[in-house]
Amino acid sequence: MDIGKLKREANFCWRLEPTGAMRVPGILYADEALLRGMDDKVFMQLSNVASLPGIVKAAYAMPDAHWGYGFPIGGVAAFDAEAGGIVSAGGVGFDISCGVRLLLTGMPRERLEAFKPPLAHELGRAIPAGVGSTGRIHLTETEMDEMLTGGARWAVSQGYGKQEDLERIEEGGQILHAKPHSISQRARKRQRDEMGTLGSGNHYLEVQHVTEVYRPEIALGFGLRAGEIVISIHCGSRGLGHQIGTDYLGEMVQAAPSYGIHLPDRELACAPIRSELGERYLGAMRAAMNCALANRQILTHLTRRAFTEYFPESRLCLLYDVSHNICKEEIHLVDGKPRQLFVHRKGATRAFGPDHPSLPDSLRAHGQPVLIGGSMGTASYVLAGTADGEALSFSSACHGAGRAMSRRRAMGQWRGRQLVDELKARGILVLSPSMRGVAEEAPGAYKDVNAVVDLADRAGLAHKVARLEPLICVKG
Amino acid sequence: MRWEHFDHGADIGVRGIGRTPAQAFEQAALALTAAVTDPAAVRLQETRRLECKAPDLEALFYEWMNSVIFEMSAERLLFGYFAVDIDDHHLIATLQGEVAVPERHQPAVEVKGATYTELSVAQRSDGLWCAQCIVDV
Repeated sequence: MDIGKLKREANFCWRLEPTGAMRVPGILYADEALLRGMDDKVFMQLSNVASLPGIVKAAYAMPDAHWGYGFPIGGVAAFDAEAGGIVSAGGVGFDISCGVRLLLTGMPRERLEAFKPPLAHELGRAIPAGVGSTGRIHLTETEMDEMLTGGARWAVSQGYGKQEDLERIEEGGQILHAKPHSISQRARKRQRDEMGTLGSGNHYLEVQHVTEVYRPEIALGFGLRAGEIVISIHCGSRGLGHQIGTDYLGEMVQAAPSYGIHLPDRELACAPIRSELGERYLGAMRAAMNCALANRQILTHLTRRAFTEYFPESRLCLLYDVSHNICKEEIHLVDGKPRQLFVHRKGATRAFGPDHPSLPDSLRAHGQPVLIGGSMGTASYVLAGTADGEALSFSSACHGAGRAMSRRRAMGQWRGRQLVDELKARGILVLSPSMRGVAEEAPGAYKDVNAVVDLADRAGLAHKVARLEPLICVKG
Repeated sequence: MRWEHFDHGADIGVRGIGRTPAQAFEQAALALTAAVTDPAAVRLQETRRLECKAPDLEALFYEWMNSVIFEMSAERLLFGYFAVDIDDHHLIATLQGEVAVPERHQPAVEVKGATYTELSVAQRSDGLWCAQCIVDV
């Protein structure tokens, strides 16, 4: 992108001055190399977000920002309901509450080596992944309502996981004020067979090892030690969330003129927070968030069961579970005063700093774990929220690398089987029902996650704590 | 009559081209299947009927894509044949296909939803109709 339009505010912080309909500036966290790699459409989308009613302070782009729908992926924007602020179904997207959860094993890598192939096989069998796979849990209408209001808390009550998991999940594993009756029959039907499934695309379950520790004190507090095995689960609210996104995107596009909202791009579809439609969407979206939390909780249970087959003593404690496609009501300081805001994070991860009241006691001194996903052959990272993040980006950081190449081009460039063999030679076992899917998700089709994470660290959005590399990857 | 894919960062553009809007809609739906698997490899064992209404052709195409995505997702179906009739922005369609068999279809991605991005239904200068949008996968 042409960086001539930007003003450098600070090291790694760039400002897009408000012009035209923009109510606030755009703020981008990047260096020149990352900025040059961003599509020009990121500028346009950031300007569009900055023009939405009730936006507070600025429209933010994280270091991994790229062209999305309406909002850029890696976009953060907060709205004040009392100032006519909006909630945007487009701003949350189809994959509501897609996120990452990390489990600790406390086991050294060497212990895994002998069991790697059979464990990979067992995980591939235990975790339903890919198109056409179905979960083994089928909910009645009543049970689905309980799941949609209870989230991971409901899942634990059904025997999936442990009570102590809950304090390590955003909002204690349950998003309040969810309204299952705001969800269409179509959305419910899409979810019928999908509880406890991973999905496809960039979703995965990986067994990883900690290859580097950058901040030993925080790493220790998180329970991360170099050479030890961890497990990462990346997925969202499945068909239910996809259909809620579809339903409300259409409805908000139709309704926008009646609220006097001009949409520069239909994908920005939104409604005032204080409107019947806005409240209905929030209720449905929160239910989808509970669905995502319940889903990751069930997958955790399945993973533990598979692990116990080979490592009967393993406990698999939860480090944290955090979503990166959401709108959440949070209190933030604006001009020194606390304000209740609706923060949209589209491909951006919440990153509360140390002492934030929402963090459990065991994490409070260190800041919130920020979980950054990689792709099959590349690294993932654990970061920690900073005190500075509050003023920089409403406590938000990046979420991953983002694609550098389309699926079509990736499919033309790589063969799935060959990739699987190459990764195997590097000690990474990939299990996937689709070799075409593997080719489309080739590590080379993604941007450099290292550069994105380094920038987030240097800009002060989050501290780099540990680097993780895959050993087993279950892909959809 | 043909379908094609076009690029979008993380997702896929589906495009159908035909002599009528209905043919373009049919072809775009085949492009949707092709985002997941080879449409020629889908056996025509199950039949579904669909109806959509919308105020204009573009909105109708958006509805059509999302209705097909719903059928695919809710029943894990893949479709290899589409017959579409459009009368005054009222669409009636017959879809034929089968339940996805991972081993045989090697489905690459699941389609989450159709988007408004690059959405258009238009007659080109050569007289053919083109219907397209980006789908989120």
